[in-house]
Amino acid sequence: MTAPHASLLKATPPVSPPPLLQVRDLNAYYGQSHVLHGINLHVQPGEIVSLIGRNGAGKTTTLRSIMGALRTRTGSVTFDGQDILRLPSNRVAARGLAWVPEERAIMSTLTVRENLELPPARPGGWTTERAYEAFPVLRERGHHPGSKLSGGEQQMLAIVRVLRSAPRLLLLDEPSEGLAPVIVQRIGDIIQELRADGLSVLLVEQNLKFATRLADRHYVFVDGEIVDEVSRADALARREDLLKYLSV
Amino acid sequence: MNTQLLLIQVFNGLVNGAFYALLSLGLAVIFGMLRIVNFMHGALYMLGAFAAFALGQAFGLGFWPALILAPLIVGALGMVLERTLLSRLYGLEPSYNLLLTFGLTLLTQDLVKQVMLSQFAVSSAPYTTPDILTGVVNLGFVVFPKYRLFVIALTLVICLVTWFVIEKTRVGAIIRASTENPSVTRAFGIDVSKWVTGVFGVGVGLAGLAGVLAAPIYSVEPYMGAELIITTFAVVVIGGLGSIMGSIVTGFAVGVLAAVGAAIYPPIANTLVFILMAFVLLVRPSGLFGLPEGTR
Repeated sequence: MTAPHASLLKATPPVSPPPLLQVRDLNAYYGQSHVLHGINLHVQPGEIVSLIGRNGAGKTTTLRSIMGALRTRTGSVTFDGQDILRLPSNRVAARGLAWVPEERAIMSTLTVRENLELPPARPGGWTTERAYEAFPVLRERGHHPGSKLSGGEQQMLAIVRVLRSAPRLLLLDEPSEGLAPVIVQRIGDIIQELRADGLSVLLVEQNLKFATRLADRHYVFVDGEIVDEVSRADALARREDLLKYLSV
Repeated sequence: MNTQLLLIQVFNGLVNGAFYALLSLGLAVIFGMLRIVNFMHGALYMLGAFAAFALGQAFGLGFWPALILAPLIVGALGMVLERTLLSRLYGLEPSYNLLLTFGLTLLTQDLVKQVMLSQFAVSSAPYTTPDILTGVVNLGFVVFPKYRLFVIALTLVICLVTWFVIEKTRVGAIIRASTENPSVTRAFGIDVSKWVTGVFGVGVGLAGLAGVLAAPIYSVEPYMGAELIITTFAVVVIGGLGSIMGSIVTGFAVGVLAAVGAAIYPPIANTLVFILMAFVLLVRPSGLFGLPEGTR
């Protein structure tokens, strides 16, 4: 083998698996107002990716657009190589995406158990028993209305609830919001355990400490655009920059 | 007024209340999930009675098959209407839906009138009580027509089954979740639109059932739903929209109150329900069982 060949081989980028989620030139609208301006992002299998930015920067809208809960959008969203932008959100869910909205959406007219068993069960998904073993409080409160749980318990219920459908990508919207530090720690542990089980996570956060602890990469949102992409390695060194993006 | 007369009025009130309960239950189920008030409910009740009559005339089917088939026919028609017409108006101002369902009411009434005149040469028709339910039952303290007791009993069973399905089963959990948060429920992988169609079908099917039950008591005629539905809406206002148990309890209670009130002071017969409604609106605008706006 001669030297020129070697340099040619070196120039070839490392082969990475195709992304699980690929978003290209995503634009979204609320009525007349244009709120997302050409978002490009991807999530690799097994990756935890965070979207960070201030309130109103478009992070939640991005999740809603991917999930199909917001319909007025253009661009391309592919999951596992297949276009999902035109699908209604129930069919997006069937492909293996799960969304835990910021408000957690624990149904107050359903008991804790009914909440837990609401998403359709799919092979490989969490059973009620598994959820009860992981979070005994859900068993204790099984027959209480979902709204009677504490904030942290609601967040845990919101996360395990969607695991029933065996998702491959979890869209988590501010799971740490409004929770005590010890609960935030616990939620972080859960997310890492889920990743160890092979789940990928797209995480919206304003809590930088929480986001940098978990995520492999960060996309920084400002006014409906991604202005920066930061790797886990750079996140610590560029902490001041990131804080500036988040400060009001 | 003696006790016996009072008891007879109570039973008569329960019969009227059974119809209010079945109709307002259907309205409540529909309103809960679709957030629309189905102004066509009275016409679909009439259609249930008419279907029973027409099935008898055309195919010689009696009361029992009609009791099953007519609600199914009305329910199926309702699902077609929901898919083809009502679903286009979701998210628009409620007045669009009011106009649509009111227009459909007029259309249905006149269509049935035309069919009755041209096909059966009648403008209204009696409907025979099934043999097994003719005659009276002596309850010891009061003698009461068998058929009317049957109406009260069957209505109670249907109402309780509906309540049970909605409050205690997985089907009900999906319906409640779709009512409370349709977009998240859909994002769980549940096809909420299909459930909306199904719930509308069941809701109007209940109206159809009430129509069949009413046929032997009142005669079958195109406008039989018009008056009843006005009282039913008053019942719905009293009970509060959206509450399942509320609509059942209020339906029966208003039926009894109105009948007893009418016996005590006959001139008030036609207005008592509306006096009650005005009073409830004054002291509890969201209805006896309704949650205040903004908390649901």
